[in-house]
Amino acid sequence: MRRFTFRGGVHPYEGKELTAEKPVRVLEAGEELAFLLSQHIGAPAKSIVKKGDRVLVGQMIAEAGGFVSAPVFSSVSGTVKGIEKRRSAPGALVDAIVVTNDFAYEKAPTQPLPGMEAYCKLRETNQADRSEYNLVTRSAEESLALIRPDERLSLLSAGDVMERIRKAGIVGMGGAGFPTHVKLSPSDPEKIDYILVNGSECEPYVTCDYRLMCDRPGELIAGLKAVLKLFGSAKGAFCIEDNKPKAIQILTDALRHEETIYVAPCRTKYPEGAERNLIKAITGRDVNSKMLPADAGCIVMNVSTIFAIFEAVFLGQPLYRRILTISGDAVVNPENFLVPTGVTFGEVAEKAGGFLQTPEKLIAGGPMMGFAQSDFSGVVTKTSSALTAFRYDLVSRIEETPCINCGKCVDACPARLVPSHLADMARKLDLEAFEENYGLECVNCGSCSFSCPAGRPLAALVNQGRQMVLAARRKARK
Amino acid sequence: MNSKLQVSASPHTRGMVTTRNIMFLVFAALMPACLMGVLAFGTHALLVLIVSVLSAVGSEYVYERLMHKRVTVSDGSAAVTGLLIGMNMPPQIDLWIPCLGSVFAIVIIKQLYGGLGQNFMNPALGARCFLLISFAGKMTTFTPGNGVLKLVTQVPSTTDALSGATPLAYLKTGTLFDLKALFVGTTLGCIGEVSAIAILAGGIFLLAMRVIRIRIPGSYLGTFAVLTLLTALVRGFDQPVIFTLQELCAGGIMLGAWFMATDYVTSPITAMGQVVFGCALGFLTWVFRMIGSGSEGVSYSIIFMNLLVPIIERYTRPVAAGMARESRENRRLVKENRKEARRLKAEDKKEKDA
Repeated sequence: MRRFTFRGGVHPYEGKELTAEKPVRVLEAGEELAFLLSQHIGAPAKSIVKKGDRVLVGQMIAEAGGFVSAPVFSSVSGTVKGIEKRRSAPGALVDAIVVTNDFAYEKAPTQPLPGMEAYCKLRETNQADRSEYNLVTRSAEESLALIRPDERLSLLSAGDVMERIRKAGIVGMGGAGFPTHVKLSPSDPEKIDYILVNGSECEPYVTCDYRLMCDRPGELIAGLKAVLKLFGSAKGAFCIEDNKPKAIQILTDALRHEETIYVAPCRTKYPEGAERNLIKAITGRDVNSKMLPADAGCIVMNVSTIFAIFEAVFLGQPLYRRILTISGDAVVNPENFLVPTGVTFGEVAEKAGGFLQTPEKLIAGGPMMGFAQSDFSGVVTKTSSALTAFRYDLVSRIEETPCINCGKCVDACPARLVPSHLADMARKLDLEAFEENYGLECVNCGSCSFSCPAGRPLAALVNQGRQMVLAARRKARK
Repeated sequence: MNSKLQVSASPHTRGMVTTRNIMFLVFAALMPACLMGVLAFGTHALLVLIVSVLSAVGSEYVYERLMHKRVTVSDGSAAVTGLLIGMNMPPQIDLWIPCLGSVFAIVIIKQLYGGLGQNFMNPALGARCFLLISFAGKMTTFTPGNGVLKLVTQVPSTTDALSGATPLAYLKTGTLFDLKALFVGTTLGCIGEVSAIAILAGGIFLLAMRVIRIRIPGSYLGTFAVLTLLTALVRGFDQPVIFTLQELCAGGIMLGAWFMATDYVTSPITAMGQVVFGCALGFLTWVFRMIGSGSEGVSYSIIFMNLLVPIIERYTRPVAAGMARESRENRRLVKENRKEARRLKAEDKKEKDA
């Protein structure tokens, strides 16, 4: 079996065994939910509800604030309490619509494609049992027989597909939150020849995409076919790291009769799932910071995003919930949850049995690229793939020693930079040299910090330098 | 209640490799060569090794205490430096010489330039060259001690007894020596340099533990071997291949290539730079050994190349992923700009002349 890979990278402890084979449970929302208006890159959404309004499950409560933006939907039915400031995962204070839950779960009407009635009915019947994933696990054949994607999609034009995706408020759910309809509108759609579904899930501890690939292969294939409808000449590939043999097996079996969609197994290595590395591994094409993946003929989409596209295109259901992994050694029951957006991290942790002891570190995301939280009040957004909590924080105890020029960061850097030199330049504020040495090409994957034997915070320093250069550029433009 | 939550930049996890365990692995990798040296030369050799390690660690401790700096003895780098100095000593040297060398290496070469990571030259080799120049007689007198191995002290092709001279001196004249003795380490030489096979074992151990990469030792030994083979052919020596192998096993080149040239602090950080560094070392060592008047040149080659590391690093900076075209484009633009500037200058001049 050929396994795709890239140069550089590291092998952190994966920790996936904690949650990988645990079935997805539906997480019940609490009394009050907060929907951030900025769950994506671009202009914040604009609220279209006011205090006291009644909202339904899946009702739009904020509209897109521009082209590069996405609408926000309520995940419960209830009354709008008002707009409050809440902290986003990276730590900024942003506006959020707060809704009081009435626990009725009254749904806003959706527009499934004609012919999807049987599928929707199955969903309804299973929804009664809230303790389980609201769809029982079925094989790819069974769901594809029910969905019949080719037949359904033939009823839609490319424009219809795009419109459904845009209206559903879908953003890149791997973490960046780039609005999907923007990603799917490249300047030259003819040039796109690869749609890469990013199922590498290289971030340690995270298993939400793995669960989707195992439990919902048919739906993912249908979702990918919807995207392929937009790009006539493109091939679709599920890129999966080889530490997930079950997912590779399931999708390979399901795709054995497909010509334009295939599975691309990748070597397990962090950061395989970083967009540029994935493109390099699968297609051999290089992407730099000045390019979009579309310039290399590729569009990369996370597995969760593809599932959201399925729900939007075939069921007309907007994006208001997602699968989230809660894991780490401080959590009593590490689990995969189907979480409504808007619940707080504290509630999620409580549903997972709480903490064995007060954690020293709570991370929105995984340990390599996630954001450390200062309290438990952060809320789940469209991009929250994981919540990890650790009893012991190594990083705050590390004593930095001098660089010994060992070059481990150079070997680890997937962007082929010299992180230790860049970190020195950033520290000395020598931004000119920083830029000249390709400092802007850093994707902040953290491989350099991870591999540094002297415990230097290389990634943080390089990122700081990058932010300073970008800030100076923005200033110069004004 | 949340006072225990720590906030820091990602990543929130780290690898297992630390400076300290790297140094420990290097120390361990040097053990086979030390063992062979002690077996060949006896108890005094062991004493030399112990004295040099202790004086290196001791002088680092004393210096840092006196200067009110954080004591960094526990990172193990001073111990490695001390051991390398000991390994570079003739077996029956007076004990105060390695002691002086260790103090020189740690205080003058390492600490005065800022401590670990800041020295511009390999401390052990700097100290060796200092001792070689200061005490040339003592540093080049090789006498066997009470070792348990039987040493080959005669050049097989002649009846000369080896008195105080290493096999390298004989090779210099094109006279072949006993290859097996050179490989195993049953000849005269510095304590840690005699056994090629023990050094090789240590080097392979470091490669397997991913402490070093093959780039420097590979390019160093490769370049040197090719040049030596060519020399042997041109000069018409008997058995040029055997001659080359003997050159590779004799003297300090094995220890130099695997343990001295690969010193992180004083070798380039870039992959390309490491290859350039190794090739240049191979060339320099060849010049010193084959063309120069002495028979040995590894130490001087390495400390000379140490000085060029910043320049090598600057010119071998890797092009970032996806930036190859951009950097070509940039160079083209720079070239065009220069051309344009020249043209404008020429026009200006013409106008002025007119």
